[in-house]
Amino acid sequence: MIEIRWHGRGGQGAKTAALLLADAAFETGLYVQGFPEYGPERMGAPITAYNRLSETPIRVHSNIYEPDMVVVVDETLLKAVNVQSGLKEGGKILVNTKQAAEKVAESFPAFNGEIWAIDAVGISKRNLGKSLPNTPLLSAVVRLTGIMDKERFFSDMEHAFAEKFSAKPNVISGNMQALKEAWESALHVNG
Amino acid sequence: MSKKDRMSGNQAIALAIRQIDPDVIAAFPITPSTEIPQYVSAFKADGLISTEFITVESEHSAMSACIGASAAGVRAMTATSSAGMALMYEMLYVASSDRLPIVMAAVNRALTGPININADHSDSMGANNSGWIQIYSEDAQEAYDNMLMAHRIAEHEKVMLPVMICQDGFITSHGIENIEVEEDSLVKNFVGEYHPKKHLLNPKEIIGVGPYSISAYYYEMKMGQFHAMENARKVILDVSADFEKTFGRKYGFFEEYRMEDAEFAVLVMSSSAGTGKDAVDALREKGVKAGLVKLRVYRPFPAAELAEAFKGVKALAIMDKCDGLSGNGGPLGAEVRAALYGKTDGIKTINYVFGLGGRDIHVKDFFGIYDDLEALVKGESRPDCKHIGVREKR
Repeated sequence: MIEIRWHGRGGQGAKTAALLLADAAFETGLYVQGFPEYGPERMGAPITAYNRLSETPIRVHSNIYEPDMVVVVDETLLKAVNVQSGLKEGGKILVNTKQAAEKVAESFPAFNGEIWAIDAVGISKRNLGKSLPNTPLLSAVVRLTGIMDKERFFSDMEHAFAEKFSAKPNVISGNMQALKEAWESALHVNG
Repeated sequence: MSKKDRMSGNQAIALAIRQIDPDVIAAFPITPSTEIPQYVSAFKADGLISTEFITVESEHSAMSACIGASAAGVRAMTATSSAGMALMYEMLYVASSDRLPIVMAAVNRALTGPININADHSDSMGANNSGWIQIYSEDAQEAYDNMLMAHRIAEHEKVMLPVMICQDGFITSHGIENIEVEEDSLVKNFVGEYHPKKHLLNPKEIIGVGPYSISAYYYEMKMGQFHAMENARKVILDVSADFEKTFGRKYGFFEEYRMEDAEFAVLVMSSSAGTGKDAVDALREKGVKAGLVKLRVYRPFPAAELAEAFKGVKALAIMDKCDGLSGNGGPLGAEVRAALYGKTDGIKTINYVFGLGGRDIHVKDFFGIYDDLEALVKGESRPDCKHIGVREKR
């Protein structure tokens, strides 16, 4: 079982990203959970969302305390929240940032896993003309989990976008380009 | 053929409602059940259901509208949570004493004071003596399945009682999980049509519903409810057996997990049962004879069956996701101890209160509970009632 914890701020779509990942993983035949931790839901307040992906049925219904991977949607949280809390040894941290992975790694001096950096906002702006970091982040997360290869992922997502954006097909190609650029551009260093 | 899908507990309930296509839904939005009427209104707008969707100005009115519709002879449903259910309390009792088979999707949320939107069972436990049948669901699959069975139970001529199908707010109502869903036509066949023997709009047999009941009649009306609740036991098992025959998933009053030779058992309801099962598996690997019972049917209360299930057990933890503040433990604790009294007096019990206002419970908490049970059997002392998951004072 792969357990993932998302850190974002209210309104940035960390919950949506977790639900999208659950959808993508479901399509590969995995058992999935995708759920947010609900609180006051204030715009901008730190929020957490979770995923479990497993080859066997998932019964546990608790938050995730010892994740295999942490995704940081908003890098300002690195100073506000201990995103590394409980992260398994050798685990992965993915941060949405313009900075290089080496620079991000300075925030995690005592970490022995992989630290990944992706400029999801930049990728989104280039391909979609606005800041919608979820799609690129999803692509990087799917790659890091290894639950499917990129051809399968891109083809699944193309079908999903075709359904979701049936009323505005012009945004499909931008979303697909964002996915592809994100898959290739996430870089990491070992902590 | 059932279809593999993934959805939240609220989506699963909404899907069941679309497939059942009830005559009337009256609801007022309240977190975390709001999505249910929201989905229903979308179904209505898209022409997928023929339901009359009545928007009301309060939950008291929602239940009142369901009572009117049900008395008129049609299938009526609602959905609510927390303070919304509390605002219905007066009408919940009217629905059950009028013997109206209304079905409610209850998405459990803590009762206000202090205000909180997260899951615990204080809302439906507050209605546990309102004459409603109460069935609790572990996950989205069970919420869906229980909803498909609800009308058959409620509308059975020997029952004619309202039913609430409960699930944990947010934990299952808003979490995406795998689920198997059934074909519309098979669901329609299973649920069947509702043709009440008596109803208000039948000019050939004029009846009254909800009249003033003087002392000479009130008690007999209550006896009618008593017998209906007794009759519900067999009907629930019969409908569950037919459900298993039709769709392949097995249900009873409760689910016994690794209880065959269990010495240490936990009784728990709803979403935390899955977490407890993971703890049981881990303990079994260490040689601890751990087992778990998940209570599905809370009303009518299966007292005799539970006593039988715990016969071979040395110690039992009874877990309440509600502190009734009774001074005598939570509601489930008190009832289970009463059920065991005189039948299985050797069993040592601890009543745990947990998860109030959405406080998370995880596998490690269950390890602590089984540790307590082992210690108790070894002769160590433990309190009769214990609150777990409370933050330490700083």
